[in-house]
Amino acid sequence: MTDISGENAGRRPLLSLRNINMTFGGVKALKNVSFDVLPGEVHCLAGENGSGKSTLIKIITGVYRPEAGAVIDYDGETYSHMSPVTAQNGGIQVIWQDLALFPEMTVAENIAFQTLLGRWPRFVNYGRMRETAIRALKRLGVTLDVDLPLKEFPIAQRQIVAIARALVGEAKIVFMDEPTASLTQSETDHLLDIVRTLSASGVAVVFVSHRLAEVLEISSRLTVLRDGALVGVYPTEGMTQSRITELMTGRTFDQHVRATPKDANPVVLEVKKLTRPGQFEDISFTVRRGETLGITGLLGAGRTELALSLFGMLKPQSGEVVLVGKPVHFSSNREAIAAGVAYLSEDRLSLGLIQPQSIADNLVIASLDGIRTGGLLSDERKHRLVAQWVTDLGVKIGKQSDAISTLSGGNQQRIAIAKWLATNPKLLILDAPTVGVDVGARAGIFEIVAKLAESGLAIILISDEVPEVYFNADRVLHMAGGRISAVFDPRQCALQDIEAAVYA
Amino acid sequence: MRTPVDRLVAWVGPEIAGPGAAFLAVMIFFSIGSPQFLSAATFGSVAFQLPELGLLTLAMLLPILTGGLNLAITFTANIAGLTVAWVLQQNGGVDAGPVAFLLGSLLAIGVGAASGLLMGLVIAYTKAHPILVSLSMMIFLRGLGEFLTRGGDVSGFPAFLQPIGHGSILGLPIPLLIFIACVLVWHVLLTRMKLGFGTYMIGSSIEAAHYSGINTRKVLVLVYMLSGAMCAIAGIIMLARFNSVRVGHGESYLLITVLACFLGGVNPFGGFGRVIPVFLALVVLQLLSSGLNLMGANQHLATAVWGILLIGVMLLRWVSSHFKFFKRKKG
Repeated sequence: MTDISGENAGRRPLLSLRNINMTFGGVKALKNVSFDVLPGEVHCLAGENGSGKSTLIKIITGVYRPEAGAVIDYDGETYSHMSPVTAQNGGIQVIWQDLALFPEMTVAENIAFQTLLGRWPRFVNYGRMRETAIRALKRLGVTLDVDLPLKEFPIAQRQIVAIARALVGEAKIVFMDEPTASLTQSETDHLLDIVRTLSASGVAVVFVSHRLAEVLEISSRLTVLRDGALVGVYPTEGMTQSRITELMTGRTFDQHVRATPKDANPVVLEVKKLTRPGQFEDISFTVRRGETLGITGLLGAGRTELALSLFGMLKPQSGEVVLVGKPVHFSSNREAIAAGVAYLSEDRLSLGLIQPQSIADNLVIASLDGIRTGGLLSDERKHRLVAQWVTDLGVKIGKQSDAISTLSGGNQQRIAIAKWLATNPKLLILDAPTVGVDVGARAGIFEIVAKLAESGLAIILISDEVPEVYFNADRVLHMAGGRISAVFDPRQCALQDIEAAVYA
Repeated sequence: MRTPVDRLVAWVGPEIAGPGAAFLAVMIFFSIGSPQFLSAATFGSVAFQLPELGLLTLAMLLPILTGGLNLAITFTANIAGLTVAWVLQQNGGVDAGPVAFLLGSLLAIGVGAASGLLMGLVIAYTKAHPILVSLSMMIFLRGLGEFLTRGGDVSGFPAFLQPIGHGSILGLPIPLLIFIACVLVWHVLLTRMKLGFGTYMIGSSIEAAHYSGINTRKVLVLVYMLSGAMCAIAGIIMLARFNSVRVGHGESYLLITVLACFLGGVNPFGGFGRVIPVFLALVVLQLLSSGLNLMGANQHLATAVWGILLIGVMLLRWVSSHFKFFKRKKG
């Protein structure tokens, strides 16, 4: 399977793993996996959550020790397992998704603090730290004020700081775990430029990502894992997104435009000239029964602020919101919920769900009145209600009392949707419902959305992934700079038309 | 479908394991160490001492579950006691009737709730840290109380108050009965009412609770009000037991209530914890000090042993969580 073809033929891998097995609690996390990285290449490691990507990286960086029989060749040496010290000193660097930086410290300190570790005398030489930091940033072709605290920079620039830190550690291979998950398209493009710079200077970069477009754009080879086993190693030339999805999930997805005309249905929501200065201006649209309205645009286009205004959590300055024929002015989200508006937050981890609490409590939190008997909450009714929703939405759970954080992203999102459906809404606003959800599970979420629309719910689907709104919405609004800049009908335009407008 | 044991565990909460083990250890240790330990006298003394600390612990529990703290509990209890004393004195002092006492008690509960209301409003609306807000309230109430009493005792209450502090019904001390009633109220509040549900959710993530439609401000205000009202009940019991009110009385209980909550498995950062395990933890603490007393140990040593016990419980929890971790890894 691991043939090295084409231009790469004959080059010795910098890192080569064979016979990697790993078991956690009786579950095989990795089954006889092999993996190669060539010097200076850009390689993509793809797979759904739970496919073994992170376990593999943790073996390479010495966090985990693989089972006996493993062979790890790195930079001319052979190991049966790595240790964190060998990995670090040998130039293997990982940039984790959460970046592991210090927000209160300056850029220079963040980049160069590792050079201080274990050094004698134990004094901090700020002058040298600044120089080191500036040099590392220069290699990436970036200028940042290294004396400012990191928290003053947006996430995209923090990522660059994390990369610069890896370079200071004399990296030969840099692993990047979901590096573009929170970046806009232009920030992603900039990051990809930096990756090319790194690659040209001889540093191998391994992308771990399930956003597929960028994978195709940048990497030369692709390793796909599924359920802990190696599916194969492929050149990215000639690969398509749908082919990668197939390889990752073992299933085929035929995506087609779902849009159908809903003009005859009664209007559920009408927004007239809604304005909240600095966030959105002069927004007018309608959503009908059974209709899915897509809203797309870059981060910061005012989409979430608009949604929060409809949900009663922000107050618009002027304009009108009419819900089923009645003008509404919500002064809290409780009023909005009571009136039949539900809002699935884009930030599932800290706003959408209460992560430490149980699956059951997260599901019933917005509809407690529905599980009361004689004024008191009934465990029995809660249990039944949760069991019902879990079956209806096909959620895979262990016990209802398990913390919701134990579920995968896709299953968490299904519980979050169930939470809102239990409030019996007329309008469901889904803000970035697939963030942190596997490709395979995304399709499942959109199946649910389609069924809900069929049953008569009005849905607003907000996403910065244009294909999601193109394939799943009946109409698509494009927001830019707080205004609606265009309206698209997916049946009468191509995906590329919307993408061109959004990323222009 | 579910066995009775499962049901029991579901009712009291899984946190029962820690205090349950401590209870057994204490019982076994003192039964062997002191022949008089298993006697009616021991349990009598525990039963009379438990309610004061217990009621104050209930007052501390709710704010801790929201991720906060109420440092003003003991002085709120004192001020509530003073309120009762004032009403009694206005109505004849030693000759005051039961109606005056009832009126005074209601007013005292109102005063306790008012102090909680003020704290709750400040915490809910300004998002100031509960430690700072309740510390300010504590200092205010202490100053106010010392000003009103000139630092001395207030005494001279009607004789019918005696039984509330010292009497028994069917062999059970009246303060204990009041305490158990309050435990049950708190248990129903936390497990069966929307307010209790909101309390736990806020303790884990106030923002996410807000996004899910929980009226987080209302919950916070009510939690501190109920905490204050519970302090007032403690203050009334203290008045009846000592037949006097003194500002500063019970001050040393403040931190013990926090520790009793933790011994009962309450998460120090909020969101998790049940009433029944906390109740058992209180019994353990009281048995420990009574048992040491019987064995002739100094009262101050008993307090030191409480501290050591709590450190021991933390260590045991750490060990047991690591033990589970290894079990899972090896499958």
